[in-house]
Amino acid sequence: MTRAPEAIESIESIVDGSPAALQRKSRRGAGRLVWWVVFLIGFLYFFVPLVGTFAFSMRSQPLFSAYAVVVDDPQFLGTLFYSFLIGIITIVASSILIVPTAFWVRLRLPRLRPYVEFITLLPFVIPPIILVFGLLRSYSGDPFPLAGSDFGSNVLLVAAYVVLSFPYMYRAVDTGLRAIDVRSLTEASQSLGAGWFTLLVRVIFPNLRVSLLSGAFLTLAIVVGEYTIATFLARPAFGPYISLLGGNKAYEPAAVSLISFGLTWIAMGLLGLIGRQSRQKIQVAGAH
Amino acid sequence: MTFLTLTGIQKQFGTTYAVHDFNLSAEKGEFVSFLGPSGCGKTTTLRMIAGFEQPTAGTISVGGTDITHRPPNRRNIGMVFQSYALFPNMTVADNIGFGLRVRKKPKDQIRKRVDELLGLINLPDKGGRYPYQLSGGQQQRVALARALAVEPEVLLLDEPLSALDAKIRVALRKEIRAIQRQLGITTVYVTHDQEEALSLSDRVVVMSEGRIEQIGAPPEIYNFPATPFVASFVGTLNLLQATVVDGASARLSVNGQEIRGARAAAAAGQRVTVALRPEAIELGESGGTNLLRGTVEDVSFLGSIVRTRIKIGDAATLSFDQFNDPGLAASTIGELITVSFPPEATLVLEGVASVDATIEQAIAEG
Repeated sequence: MTRAPEAIESIESIVDGSPAALQRKSRRGAGRLVWWVVFLIGFLYFFVPLVGTFAFSMRSQPLFSAYAVVVDDPQFLGTLFYSFLIGIITIVASSILIVPTAFWVRLRLPRLRPYVEFITLLPFVIPPIILVFGLLRSYSGDPFPLAGSDFGSNVLLVAAYVVLSFPYMYRAVDTGLRAIDVRSLTEASQSLGAGWFTLLVRVIFPNLRVSLLSGAFLTLAIVVGEYTIATFLARPAFGPYISLLGGNKAYEPAAVSLISFGLTWIAMGLLGLIGRQSRQKIQVAGAH
Repeated sequence: MTFLTLTGIQKQFGTTYAVHDFNLSAEKGEFVSFLGPSGCGKTTTLRMIAGFEQPTAGTISVGGTDITHRPPNRRNIGMVFQSYALFPNMTVADNIGFGLRVRKKPKDQIRKRVDELLGLINLPDKGGRYPYQLSGGQQQRVALARALAVEPEVLLLDEPLSALDAKIRVALRKEIRAIQRQLGITTVYVTHDQEEALSLSDRVVVMSEGRIEQIGAPPEIYNFPATPFVASFVGTLNLLQATVVDGASARLSVNGQEIRGARAAAAAGQRVTVALRPEAIELGESGGTNLLRGTVEDVSFLGSIVRTRIKIGDAATLSFDQFNDPGLAASTIGELITVSFPPEATLVLEGVASVDATIEQAIAEG
């Protein structure tokens, strides 16, 4: 509807070539130019630091030696592997907690939704430093002396990361649930004899695959780069490693940054690849 | 033998009654429809049978077993939803086999049963497709097969054809009825479409405002509506305001023209409503002893029939149907004509004010 006057205008400008019509045409051309300028500024804003980082990392001689040093450093792979592992455990734990919660809120307790949303946004309000101090204070002594052992500290780290993942996971899952007819699917599977566990595992989780992947990706990105909590819990994670490297070496931190960017992009590409097919499937089916 | 029994079912949401004192006994293999406008409680009753809602009072039993408080997954009742509710992440075959997998049946048995059902719904080669690759009608057939796969004791269908277009709706309802007959499964069908209910069912339960208005076989519901609501909701009906001239001989006056009712009416001088089906009225004087004269107000061509509306006096209007025939000379607007109908075709309904209120509400809702 809103396009109709524009269409009439453009026809006018072609047909009559009147000064008013030409003026409108040039104004539209100027608008397009502004759009390109904004795009270019945005592009440079994100791209120049990357180019700069790359150029800086190449100052070490011979070429790519900073990358070779990083890759050869057993600590690099060790910390990266540790952070990825913690990230995956976080994602699994977070999914197990968030999916049934979001599902139940949507199905049975829609009135609680604003409160649950508020709780999931708390990590944006409470800084990680407060969170980790709270954890250390609560779990350093009896009755739960978790911070005293490696395993206990790992548990605390995962628990803290699960909290950090709340905003991303809950939002992603809630959006996913909105796209499927949760009530009918629940009732259909119940009438076929399925209990809550079967329903969640065979129907709800598989239909939330794409949403879970996007939430999972964000969680992974945050966990892999997280510094504060990992440092205070004295965990051998990737965030503290980059920080340590940055304090001691010149070119290597730049190389590490670019490698982690590369890994992020690969993860994004994988997500897009896996997501494309199933998203189409779910949307069409959800549209009735 | 009574198979599905609902006794004194009530459902209260806060202070309002969604369903009030609902009693029904369905035989094994019977096809029962719940018919009524939206908000009449038909879907709520169906959901109580399925176990998705708990009745506030009353009991539900299947095959003599009380299932009122059983969770839905332990009732063995199949359900087909208006929105199909197929699992988008599963193929057609996986959808149909879902209930059997939940029951941990052996794989080859599941495969055999799925093939059997794909044949039953005439989609033998679509087992590998995903729901989004099927049309609406095909999806609903798969949903039916999925519900039937577990051999439920009762099959519930909640407006299963509402989302489909007219032609597919008619074809699919025939198919549903044929499959139901073939399997002999006790079925409850919820619809607001009276044609669907009348053409499919062994018995129809007409509901309004959470209460049963009438239970009966389709011809009984159509020809002998028990309440003004049923009369107005099922079929097209002429409603004429009349005054009783003589109650004992059922003589009534419609705008000064006298007609006779089928049975003794209320006391003389009382206002009543006369209900008349359009198909019971004939143009001319050969249709029966009751004659009414009026001016043609409108003539509508409806394909196989031609519906003419006439005005009798100042207030009353009357519609009647004639079979379309190329030789038929349709009445012209403004023409003064006589129509006739037998006394047996009239149905005298008492309580004028409440009739109007119920009918207006039904029209507004339906």
